[in-house]
Amino acid sequence: MDVKLGVLAGDTRAVARAITWVENGDPRGAEVIHGVYASTGRAYIVGLTGSPGAGKSTLVSRLAALLAARGQKVGILAVDPSSPFSGGAILGDRVRMFDVALTRHVYIRSMGTRGSLGGLNRATRMAARILDAAGFDWILVETVGAGQSQVDVHDVAYTTAVVMAPGMGDDIQAMKAGIMEIGDLFIINKADRDGADRTATQVESVLQLSMTTGWNPPVLKVSAELNTGIESVVDTIERHRAHLVASGKLDALKIRMAKLDVLEILKARLADTMKQQLDQPAVQAELEKVASKQSDPYSLADIIFEQSWRNT
Amino acid sequence: MEEKIRVLVAKPGLDGHDRGAKVLARAFMDAGMEVIYTGIRRTPEQIAEVAVQEDVDVVALSCLSGAHNTLFPKVVDLLKEKGADDILVMGGGVIPEDDIPFLKEHGISEVFGPGTPLATCVDYIRSHVKREA
Repeated sequence: MDVKLGVLAGDTRAVARAITWVENGDPRGAEVIHGVYASTGRAYIVGLTGSPGAGKSTLVSRLAALLAARGQKVGILAVDPSSPFSGGAILGDRVRMFDVALTRHVYIRSMGTRGSLGGLNRATRMAARILDAAGFDWILVETVGAGQSQVDVHDVAYTTAVVMAPGMGDDIQAMKAGIMEIGDLFIINKADRDGADRTATQVESVLQLSMTTGWNPPVLKVSAELNTGIESVVDTIERHRAHLVASGKLDALKIRMAKLDVLEILKARLADTMKQQLDQPAVQAELEKVASKQSDPYSLADIIFEQSWRNT
Repeated sequence: MEEKIRVLVAKPGLDGHDRGAKVLARAFMDAGMEVIYTGIRRTPEQIAEVAVQEDVDVVALSCLSGAHNTLFPKVVDLLKEKGADDILVMGGGVIPEDDIPFLKEHGISEVFGPGTPLATCVDYIRSHVKREA
């Protein structure tokens, strides 16, 4: 199987294997990206984030079903937490997505966070590039159940939707920073339940405090479970997309994304190099000096940084 | 480079008992593997498609309904059709001894009955997963 050609042809198995490679940091993943990157840039990437239990997975499956019914190819990257202890994970987003899992034109990939703290997996950006090259029109990125500061999705998606459920009133007040700042739209899910109007009002009141930049994030009430309001979500995403295009912001975003693509790779490489240095036997004696206060962490870090730099 | 073993724990057929499947999923996670769980009552077609989309190394099938002789080989055949016959398929549940040779002939690499220690399943995966290029 030539994975690169397979990705370009939209072959499921090739796409899946390429994502595994970038996730594992396998050099073959870099080769695939090298070979397919020129074919990226057509997909529209939407991020969905929000608290655990807000209904992100169900909503994602509804959105995918609607888009697929309109003849669009949809790729879903669903991130769940990895255990910080074993490194393993139970990736359960699919349980709620089975309705669309076998719909033609829908691909779902579950990812563990593998130590990343920002709500995504380190390889989510590159996985999105692979889906993009494979001809998916839409890429829906679902984060782990996110709290206040897990805002990485904003660096991956062109449009970010924050999903909430009724009964979060006071929490919203406390969430003025972080997640409340990244939403291009806010979705109050489970709107058939008590308190949805109140939650929507509170979100709106928090949003009114922020400076507008030509786009006022709408607050939508939907029920993913009952499949109501899903069209309004797609319409709003389309409107936001049109706004980004018309204002020239999409081009700026794409340059920002390119920068972040590179930064992600540099960070991974530097971290690996530094960690190797730190694990050198010669460094152990220095570490003991830090422990016994004969040295300090900054001084040792400076030495290691200098050495790594010379070695790379 | 950090390779992780990915396992699909799947419940084919009309059988709603997934306590065992969930215990196994947890054991695989604790062993450092990434586990995708399908939920109950899936078709062999669904299971094979998910296995390919998720690029798993292992499909662990659990069946307590008695339909294993039909459902398990079907999953193996569908994987083969999709060019994914390098995926290790193992089975578990209440499976009579007499059926095990038939299942093994039909591509189920190993069958684990009730009372199998979790470590046995974990070790089996670790020693049998083959990652091809």
